[in-house]
Amino acid sequence: MGPIEPAALRAARRQLVLDGLGIIVSAAGFGFVYGLTARTAGHFSPIEAMAMSLIAFGGAAQFAAIGFVTTGLSWPVIGLLTFLLNARHVLYSAALAPWFRGRSMAERALAAHLLTDESFALAIAQFRRIGRFDAVGYWYPAIVTTLIPWNVATFAGVMLGDAIIEPSRFGIDVIFPAAMAGLTVGLVSGRRELVAALAGAAIGVASSLAISPTIGIIAGGVLGPLAGLIVPPAATGAGGPGGRETPLPKLDDVTP
Amino acid sequence: MSTDLVPLAVLMFAVTYPSRAIGLLNPAMERLPRRALDYLQLVGPAVLAALAAVNVMVATKDGRSIFVVGLPWLSVLLCIAIVAWRRNLFLGLIVAVAIAIVGRANGLA
Repeated sequence: MGPIEPAALRAARRQLVLDGLGIIVSAAGFGFVYGLTARTAGHFSPIEAMAMSLIAFGGAAQFAAIGFVTTGLSWPVIGLLTFLLNARHVLYSAALAPWFRGRSMAERALAAHLLTDESFALAIAQFRRIGRFDAVGYWYPAIVTTLIPWNVATFAGVMLGDAIIEPSRFGIDVIFPAAMAGLTVGLVSGRRELVAALAGAAIGVASSLAISPTIGIIAGGVLGPLAGLIVPPAATGAGGPGGRETPLPKLDDVTP
Repeated sequence: MSTDLVPLAVLMFAVTYPSRAIGLLNPAMERLPRRALDYLQLVGPAVLAALAAVNVMVATKDGRSIFVVGLPWLSVLLCIAIVAWRRNLFLGLIVAVAIAIVGRANGLA
C-alpha cells in the first residue's frame, strides 16, 4: 500500500463523515424503534434491552429476538436462529480482511464485534476510495455512526416506549430499508455490482417466501455475487489491498 | 428491574461473534485467490440489496412469509432514485420518511 496525499485523505474522510450522517439517522431511527418494540411488545426491562444493544449488537437479530422470546422459543433455538441471521457477517469479515493486513490482533478482535451492515458499507467504501486501510474509516462508522446512535436511541425508545403508540406514522420503519437500498446504490460501480444487487434482492425475496426471511437474506448475500461473477468485468482502476484491482465505489459521491 | 434476559444477550453475542471475527482473525483470509476476492467485492451490494428488498417486500403473518406491496416500496424506490441522481443518501432518507408520513396521513398503508 502506497502513501496517500494528506489532502486526498482529508477529502476522503470528509466524504466519509458526510456519508455517515445518513447512517446516524438510520441507526438512531432503527434503534429507537427497537427500544420501543422491546419495551412494549417484548416487555424487556431497560437493562435487558440495553444489554441486547451493547452485548449482542445485532440489529435485525435483536428485533427477531423480541419475537422469539415472546413466542417462548428455547434459548438454544434462539441461539441457532441468531447464528443463521448473522451468518452474513462471515462475508463482510472476509471482505474486510485484506484491508486489515498488518493491524494488531486486538484491533481486529474489537473491530469484529462492531462489524454491522452499516459499518461494513461505509468502511469498505472508504478503503476502496483511498486504496488502503484507514483507522478513521473503520472506527468512525463502527462507533460514531452506529454503536452510539444505536444504543442512545435504544435507551430513548425503551424509556419512551409507552408514549409513542404508532412509530410507523412517523415513517421510522422505512429508514432501515431505505438506508440499505441507498447504500447499495452507492456500492454499484458497474454491471457486476448491479447484477449482484438485483440477484441478491430477487433471491432474497424468493427464498424468504419459500423458506424464511432469515434464510432469504443469507441466500441473497451468498448467491447474488455468483450471478454478478457471470457478467464480464468492466475496466477497473482502483487499487485494492496488496495492489489488487477492485471496482471503484461510488459511495464517495453520496453526500448530504 | 428484571435482568433475566441479560444471559440471552450474552448467548446472542457468543453465536454472532464468530461470524464477525472469522475473516478478520484468520490470516488465511488475506491470501485469497483473485476469483474469491472478486466474489467478496460483490457481497456488499448483494447483501444490502437483499436486506432492503426482504424488509419491504416480505412480511410474516401467522408464522408464514407473505409478499407485500405497500407504501414503503415508494419510499425506498424514491430513496434509490435520489441517491442515484443526486448521490445524496441523507436527502434520500429524508424523502423516504416524508413519503411515508404523508402517505399514511392520507390513509395509504
